[in-house]
Amino acid sequence: MEGEMMTGNLAAAWGARLVDVDYVPAFPITPQTEIVEALAKWCESGAMAARFVTMDSEHSMMTAAGAAAATGARVFTATSSQGLLYALEVLYSVSGWRAPLVLVNVSRALAAPITLEPDHNDVLAARDCGFLQIHAETCQEVLDSILMAYRIAEDERVMLPVIVNLDGFYLSFTREPVIMPDPEQVKRFLPPFRPAHLGFKASSPHALGVAVLSGTPYSYFRHQMHLAAINALDVHREAAAAFEQLFGRRYDVVEGYRLDDAEDVLVMTNAFASKGKVAVDVARAEGKRVGLLRLRMIRPWPADAIRHALQGRRAVAVLDQNLSPGQGGILFQEVAACLYHEALRPRALCSFIGGLGGKNLSEGELRAIFEQTAEAGVQGKGIGPVLLYTEAEHREMVQLQVLAGGLKS
Amino acid sequence: MTWQRETFKKIKQIPREEHVLPGTALCAGCGGLEALRLAAKVLGGDVVYVNAAGCFTMLAAYPFTPFKGSWLYTTMGSAPAGAQGVRDALDVLIAKGRLPKEEDLKVVVLGGDGSTYDIALSSTSGAITRKLDFYYFCYDNEAYGNTGMQLSPATPYGARTTTSPCSLQHPAGTTQEKKDIFEIWRAHKPPYIATVAPRYPLDLEEKFARASKFTGPKLFLALSACPTGWLYDPGETPEVAKLAVETGLWPLKEAIDGQVTHTYIPKRKPVEEYLKLQGRFRHLFEPIRQDEAIRHIQARVDDYWKQVNG
Repeated sequence: MEGEMMTGNLAAAWGARLVDVDYVPAFPITPQTEIVEALAKWCESGAMAARFVTMDSEHSMMTAAGAAAATGARVFTATSSQGLLYALEVLYSVSGWRAPLVLVNVSRALAAPITLEPDHNDVLAARDCGFLQIHAETCQEVLDSILMAYRIAEDERVMLPVIVNLDGFYLSFTREPVIMPDPEQVKRFLPPFRPAHLGFKASSPHALGVAVLSGTPYSYFRHQMHLAAINALDVHREAAAAFEQLFGRRYDVVEGYRLDDAEDVLVMTNAFASKGKVAVDVARAEGKRVGLLRLRMIRPWPADAIRHALQGRRAVAVLDQNLSPGQGGILFQEVAACLYHEALRPRALCSFIGGLGGKNLSEGELRAIFEQTAEAGVQGKGIGPVLLYTEAEHREMVQLQVLAGGLKS
Repeated sequence: MTWQRETFKKIKQIPREEHVLPGTALCAGCGGLEALRLAAKVLGGDVVYVNAAGCFTMLAAYPFTPFKGSWLYTTMGSAPAGAQGVRDALDVLIAKGRLPKEEDLKVVVLGGDGSTYDIALSSTSGAITRKLDFYYFCYDNEAYGNTGMQLSPATPYGARTTTSPCSLQHPAGTTQEKKDIFEIWRAHKPPYIATVAPRYPLDLEEKFARASKFTGPKLFLALSACPTGWLYDPGETPEVAKLAVETGLWPLKEAIDGQVTHTYIPKRKPVEEYLKLQGRFRHLFEPIRQDEAIRHIQARVDDYWKQVNG
């Protein structure tokens, strides 16, 4: 097998090393810590020409990261879960400063109850903050996405920060073969960071992040961010083409898997999409015409690509590894919204919630999704949100409740 | 041993050049702005101010800024971390030859007492522990001022704020004692800390000049007499600031590597003279005089100076 075996975390650290960042403000949190440990070691040994600083919180870490990027340094940082939410206020500021840094989030479900295992409520809480979002499925994609993220973020048409997301445990601590890009090729792919409009210096004082006194300038600046985020779709396309040319691997804003003649399509993100692809193969072997659409770019929302991939299908199921209590799956809403005006929209949209807090996604559950989605397509009526939860899991939960004293056995 | 000023002996020695220009949206008579204006005369123009949410946020309101230097608005809780990012980036860019040395800037955090004493305290503690080379300028008006004078940990016993009103139960209003941020800072052992009051400009300028010789955290606590919040006529700001010092309530001091020196020893007028100038203390005098509360405030000041004088 080509490439060297490494965890998703180490692949993320290599991404930062290969783009030759100037500055890494850090704060530990499981399951992200391995990233900053690797970077600390490399900065200390001189393998990287970057300054590494351990900050006092993620809130401070993001502030230092944004401020350094606003001063003209190429900045990398990483966090997870509670840390991302602790920094959330600052994420809005950093995008408003138009400071194009890259933040890796290693997804982990949010308290309470407190847990270490992944789902996407953390990264989707940052959905509206002005950071672009790329969600990766494999360790190779983590590394490659970081290279692409810098190129997109630093493009003058964008100038927005990017979150690259990977799943805690399933990717962060899973070793996969990763082909290491050649550093000279990386330099060709990613020009040096020399922002025209950023940087504090004596000869050209400027004020950044200032107050505005009405909605008129506020709306103007926020809408500028929206337009810049939309520009990232084109910039991503260019970056993907250049990346493919140099490195031979191709990443689009969405990835179709066995979509060509698929009647029903399952929409997924992140590492569990690999399980979804296996389930597609199994269903195909049984003669079912199913496929999978993996959403890779979440912000900007690739509405056209999603519409194009889903139009004319019988039924579409969205598997959300997140839960908006009182609503359901977050990505389901977005997929549904962009299909509304599609003349050939699917006959049924189904919403499934699975993998919360790292709960396994079994073959049986995926089979059930395909069966229920096919039936919904036949009926012309969508279902959901349906929580994926097996009988065995239910029995285990009852046992736990008995032990906790809440239920009589 | 008396503290000697070396750089600023006469008013005429204070630079005439202004780096914070007039015409801001701050209140008339703002003591904090006056302290900043004086500080900037020594800090100069090659400065980036890293601001925390507070009254000073209104200084740079699009499309205006009163500063000759640069400005970065951060959050209420993390301006020192913003200073860390700017300082580190300047250092790295200069070291890598991407920024000429003469483009370097002093990094100055601006924070009110709410930010300084509470929400940004861990961020400040982190920056001092990391020995960040920066200035911290706290304008202390003893309450959350920009939101309309709510209790902050800097609010002194006996002051009335909108969230610590005086009542039959609490006739003095605020019942807490002002948090001693100077001592909290000092416990971190930064190279330089000072308290200043704009009514004592030579003392203030001298301290900024002395601080400039140190690398590392240089922390200033500036008395910010506040006509809008303390309820007195804006024209009386100098008098209020003066009495804060002359009664001994606002000691002028510095700490170099933790060694404290009082830079001015007041004759100590009764605190009553300071209190009765301000609406926030009026309930201590009418309709019923709160002798116990006034005695308490006086006793706290007496105790402080007893400990200073040994």
